[in-house]
Amino acid sequence: MPDTPPPEPMDAKPLGRGAMAARVAADIPEGWCVNLGIGIPTLVADHVPVEREVIFHSENGVLGIGPAPAKGHENPWLINAGKQHVTLRAGGSFTHHADSFAIIRGGHLDLCVLGAFEVAENGDVANWATSENDTAPAVGGAMDLAAGAKRLWVVMEHTTKDGRPRLVQRCSYPLTALGAASRVYTNLAVLDITPRGFVVRDMIPGLTLEALQARTEARLHLPA
Amino acid sequence: MIDKTVRTMAEAMAGIADGSTVLLGGFGAVGQPNALLDGLIEQGAKDLTVVANNAGTGHVGLARLMELGRVGRIICSYPRSVGSVVFEELFRAGKLELELVPQGTLAERMRAAGAGIPAFFTPTAYGTKLAAGKETREINGRHFVLEYALPGDVALIEAWEADRWGNLTYRASGRNFNPVMAMAAELTIVQTQHIVELGALDPQCVVTPGIFVNRVLHVPYGDPPL
Repeated sequence: MPDTPPPEPMDAKPLGRGAMAARVAADIPEGWCVNLGIGIPTLVADHVPVEREVIFHSENGVLGIGPAPAKGHENPWLINAGKQHVTLRAGGSFTHHADSFAIIRGGHLDLCVLGAFEVAENGDVANWATSENDTAPAVGGAMDLAAGAKRLWVVMEHTTKDGRPRLVQRCSYPLTALGAASRVYTNLAVLDITPRGFVVRDMIPGLTLEALQARTEARLHLPA
Repeated sequence: MIDKTVRTMAEAMAGIADGSTVLLGGFGAVGQPNALLDGLIEQGAKDLTVVANNAGTGHVGLARLMELGRVGRIICSYPRSVGSVVFEELFRAGKLELELVPQGTLAERMRAAGAGIPAFFTPTAYGTKLAAGKETREINGRHFVLEYALPGDVALIEAWEADRWGNLTYRASGRNFNPVMAMAAELTIVQTQHIVELGALDPQCVVTPGIFVNRVLHVPYGDPPL
């Protein structure tokens, strides 16, 4: 799309990282077991009120992550998959890595929230490498989570810093999983991925469908 | 009397041969057997294949072992992280072979090795470049990739408590890959913070039974730095 002119400036104010995380958190019901990826997804936990019991899982064998520890009160033996110090809430437990990934791969997680570079209208996700010949690739648990969780939601900016759309017809970056994502939360909108493609659930105040489409490579649909 | 405790690092490292596949416990710095890594550096085995979640940071431990040219190949899920300078330099220079494996597939391949399962099908990585060239199969309408068990010649493990039979407990998220690797290796060597009398561990709280353990070295160091 090198010839596509840049979209008209918007009046609407895109969500910041915290607001994006809060928007995801609003849709997580009590009782779900949820794995949060690195980056904006990690912030989601801060926006789930303590009285709504959601069990947060981390790949390195932690089930039931609690609020972040106060500075100076970190447990050096207790980290999450992003290698940040965390706490364990009442009811929490530890597993070894094979059991932790049995939770993931065995379909026991209600939800995984990941960041991504691109999501395609067929649910393909690209989130681990930005070229076919990455100089030092790293995948971690992303492919297990994308293939194994009952639901995969992606949270990411709607476009790249230089304005290139991330919601595309087909991913151009190396894939993490095929047809895995069912919903995307961006700084502009929430979209479901359906057999028709991207269906707009809601948009930030002041944004028009035309302005959203101008920032999206794939065709957008309205709910039936 | 069964006594798997050893008193010196030299005893702990005895017999690790050139060309060995070494399973290295830990996730980042937590649960990583740093003393045993230093022992392996001292012991001298080379042409090693190392299996670990991460590829070391700075110029110590695994990074040091690689820097000394003793590792020919690393099997890893997340080699690139803050401070993984040695890995990046060797990899770019073509001096280190990398097999990149999704983290769950890595854990399951070792669990399978320990459980006598030669290979298994998983949906993880299907249709991605990490499954390129691998056998696939459609089962009940879903696509799967065939992955082979990953046994080790040696596992280096960090435990919190151990007894002379090699029964082990772990500290919080320090458990991670350690129990799975202990099962998957021919020779499992443990460094432990605490040695306790036989019978002192609550049998209901033993995570790795001693049957998976060969040698136990007492390395008390307290808490790792934050």
